[in-house]
Amino acid sequence: MRPWREFGKFPLMEEKQTIMRRSALAAVAAIGSVSLLLAGCSKADDGKTDDGTKAAGANAATKGVVNASTQAGGTVTYEYSDVPDSFDPGNTYYGYMFNFSRLYARPLMTFKPGPGEKGNELVPDLAESAGVPSDGGKTWTYKLRSGLKYQDGTAITSKDVKYAVERSNFARDVLSLGPNYFQQFLDGGDKYKGPYKDKSAGGLASIQTPDDTTIVFKLNRAFQEFDYLAAQPQTAPVPQSKDKGIDYVKNIVSSGSYQFQSYDEGKQVVLVRNKNWDAATDPLRKQYPDKIVVNLKVNAETIDQDVQAGNAIDLGGTGVQAATQADVVNNADKKASTDNTYGGRLVYMAINTKLKPFDNVECRKAVQYAIDKVSVQTAEGGPIRGDIATTVLPPDIPGYQKADLYATDGSKGDPAKAKEHLKACGQTTINTNITARSDRPAEIDAATAIINSLKTAGINATLKQFPSGKYFTDYAGVPKWDADNNVGLMMMQWGADWPAGFGFLQQILNGSAIGASGNTNLSQFDDKEVNDLLGKAIGTEDQATREGMYAEVDAKTMDAAALVPLTYFKVLLYRPANFTNLVSTAAFSGQYDYLNIGTTKK
Amino acid sequence: MISYILRRTFAAVILLLVVTAVTFAIFFLLPRLAGQTADQLAQQYIGKSPSAADIAAVKSNLGLDDPLYLQYWHFIKGIVSGATYDLGPTTTQCNAPCFGYSFKTHVEVWPQLTSRLPVTISLAAGAAVMWLVSGVAIGVISALKPGSFFDRSFMGVALAGVSLPMFFTGNLALLLFTYQWPIFGRTYVPFTENPAQWANTLFPAWCSLALLYSAIYARLTRSGMLETMNEDFIRTARAKGLRERKVVVRHGLRAALTPIITVFGMDLGLLLGGALITETVFSLHGVGEYAVQGIKDNDLPPILGVTLLAALFVVVANLLVDLLYAAADPRVRLS
Repeated sequence: MRPWREFGKFPLMEEKQTIMRRSALAAVAAIGSVSLLLAGCSKADDGKTDDGTKAAGANAATKGVVNASTQAGGTVTYEYSDVPDSFDPGNTYYGYMFNFSRLYARPLMTFKPGPGEKGNELVPDLAESAGVPSDGGKTWTYKLRSGLKYQDGTAITSKDVKYAVERSNFARDVLSLGPNYFQQFLDGGDKYKGPYKDKSAGGLASIQTPDDTTIVFKLNRAFQEFDYLAAQPQTAPVPQSKDKGIDYVKNIVSSGSYQFQSYDEGKQVVLVRNKNWDAATDPLRKQYPDKIVVNLKVNAETIDQDVQAGNAIDLGGTGVQAATQADVVNNADKKASTDNTYGGRLVYMAINTKLKPFDNVECRKAVQYAIDKVSVQTAEGGPIRGDIATTVLPPDIPGYQKADLYATDGSKGDPAKAKEHLKACGQTTINTNITARSDRPAEIDAATAIINSLKTAGINATLKQFPSGKYFTDYAGVPKWDADNNVGLMMMQWGADWPAGFGFLQQILNGSAIGASGNTNLSQFDDKEVNDLLGKAIGTEDQATREGMYAEVDAKTMDAAALVPLTYFKVLLYRPANFTNLVSTAAFSGQYDYLNIGTTKK
Repeated sequence: MISYILRRTFAAVILLLVVTAVTFAIFFLLPRLAGQTADQLAQQYIGKSPSAADIAAVKSNLGLDDPLYLQYWHFIKGIVSGATYDLGPTTTQCNAPCFGYSFKTHVEVWPQLTSRLPVTISLAAGAAVMWLVSGVAIGVISALKPGSFFDRSFMGVALAGVSLPMFFTGNLALLLFTYQWPIFGRTYVPFTENPAQWANTLFPAWCSLALLYSAIYARLTRSGMLETMNEDFIRTARAKGLRERKVVVRHGLRAALTPIITVFGMDLGLLLGGALITETVFSLHGVGEYAVQGIKDNDLPPILGVTLLAALFVVVANLLVDLLYAAADPRVRLS
């Protein structure tokens, strides 16, 4: 699959730069300096927020809930510089929509609001308890809570959950934007054509609903992380009688604490309290604000200003713009209102293990030693934007184990050692190409830094840039194209679809994931041991054993030097004043958990 | 007169057809010529690693299988007689004028255009009034006292206005007048709902746009006025003993206005087709923003719709300019 969730927010400034780079930069610089000037006389000098309380301190929301409050009422405003793929819970692949949609669509399972890695904990939502595996993890049974109702007061049944999974995963010609793991893992999933084409009463045979509160999933293989799939918004119930396919997004029937008051495509969405939602059926949601407003297509700089003024929350949750970042980190008072946290993502460079001479592990090791990771980190935006990485799994993904196989002094690279390995590989110099995405300035800068460090070890790489929209479908993700164009090195970023080792590693390291186009295993790494370990891990019930196996896969990948970890991606969020219950969760790439955010404003 | 308008209208329709054909070719034909297949085009509209069956279904839904001329014909036919789109369990009837159905956002283009047009018109009209009044006034005063301090300083400001890009003036105006000194509103309100707030919110955007345009108008007016004020008929008017104000306004300005009307018509027409950057900077949900989103999503129907609308405005503005010519300058006859 394509790593959709890593797209996150598409900063408008980046767009403009490609059109008129010089003036855009001038504007950014000017605004940056003006705001620096103005900051000198701003009233927030004493580190106090508008209502006179002290800011909670840097990274407070990654350690606990900031502004915990049960105060109800008011309007919570979200702003986003772009538009989401869809508000339809069955047709979205963005992490922030996985997060936000829970306000009006309750999945079987979800993540418990909690700081940092504590947010990775799965808890039952629509289901009354976690899934019960049987048949060695091939069958999963969920029991729904009793008394569940839609916004119109009709009862929610397990058949609605079944229908929601069927429409979102099997009618790919209509609802094509979400993930389709259920199609891959459900028994007979490759043959079922979805509820719009297949009108048979029974639907997909491998999802059974023996009664109105029970749902059973029959899988084609053991899959011990199924609860993570059940936590996707795709399991949120959809009543078949109200489903209008792609048009359902205009009339979504809520099962959560809020319901749609208005839906204005590409402009604004307003949610109000769902009167038929019952707190007795829901231990997670609190229904604090009266109203939730999402303003779309708001200028990215405007969002930063609104967030700092305590007027809005950035829906995309990928952090502040570059100009704001410079302003915020150099001001101790403002810094006390920021959260700098891991985004569940690895920035790395894949090495093409199928291309000569990189098919020889010694040549790959030479690359590992040659790269000055500090210069790459600087190019990516410094420590604020990422810690230096030495493993495949980032620290906020369960299974991470600290290791640094190719340690160099201060992570600054070791050309001498690199040359030794180059010699062991039977080469004195290598000429190759490195790919990067042209619309991502930081990635281009990082690739340039890599080219400079490789040069010191005798490896000459030439930068080739391609638009991100076609990076996987037409260029780096096409093994034949890589071979034809002598592409040995490829810049890459990867975030998991769910916070566990399998979700992270499967698509970038398993040999079976190598596709002819749209390939994300850019290294074309096909190691029997790694493949077997991944297969075994997902069928292993005990979580600790499973996580041990992921660590082993990580170590074996580094042994084989299939990729060079560069940085563990971090986001810098500005924590807006006037909002309550803010907690930055690792389950949603460091975003604030949107379930219970309230406001102190009236 | 009537036959003149009829002829011009007919020419306008032909022109619009050409514009759609060219836009269509740019977005559909060029990628094909560059080797992109219908499969790859369809793949852009599916989330991830799609099966061959998914691609085939999307292709037939979007009509990407059809030959290009047929796809173009469907688009033109939709405008005149409407079209029907298959949405899976239901179908949607897109009534004429159907400007197509967005593949990405799954809404019809026409209602989007009509709902966004008031925003764009508000922006363009307000800015146009501001730049026309200020630009012409500055131009006239400068021309009457060429080389004076006023002339020099205002022409300097004008030059700066032309050279400063919207990214700069727009963002600066936002920063100063919306955040630092929150004088102006943030959220657009329709004129019909609250005219005061409508003007209040749009004011920074108008000023930024007007700064850009009035500079050009000031310079145009100045040079035009300098030229006319040396004409024989001005000397005659003065010799007749007319008051200087009447000479300047009735005789001088009226003659100098002709080229300005031309430029104004074109500018306003273009702006009504969407002020892409201004709308983006000020987060106004106008026609231009819709086009930007379409371009970003590689979503052809919105781009075609906005292009056609912009072309329509320019053509109509051109026609109006020619009619106004006759009114402003008695020497011009329409035939």
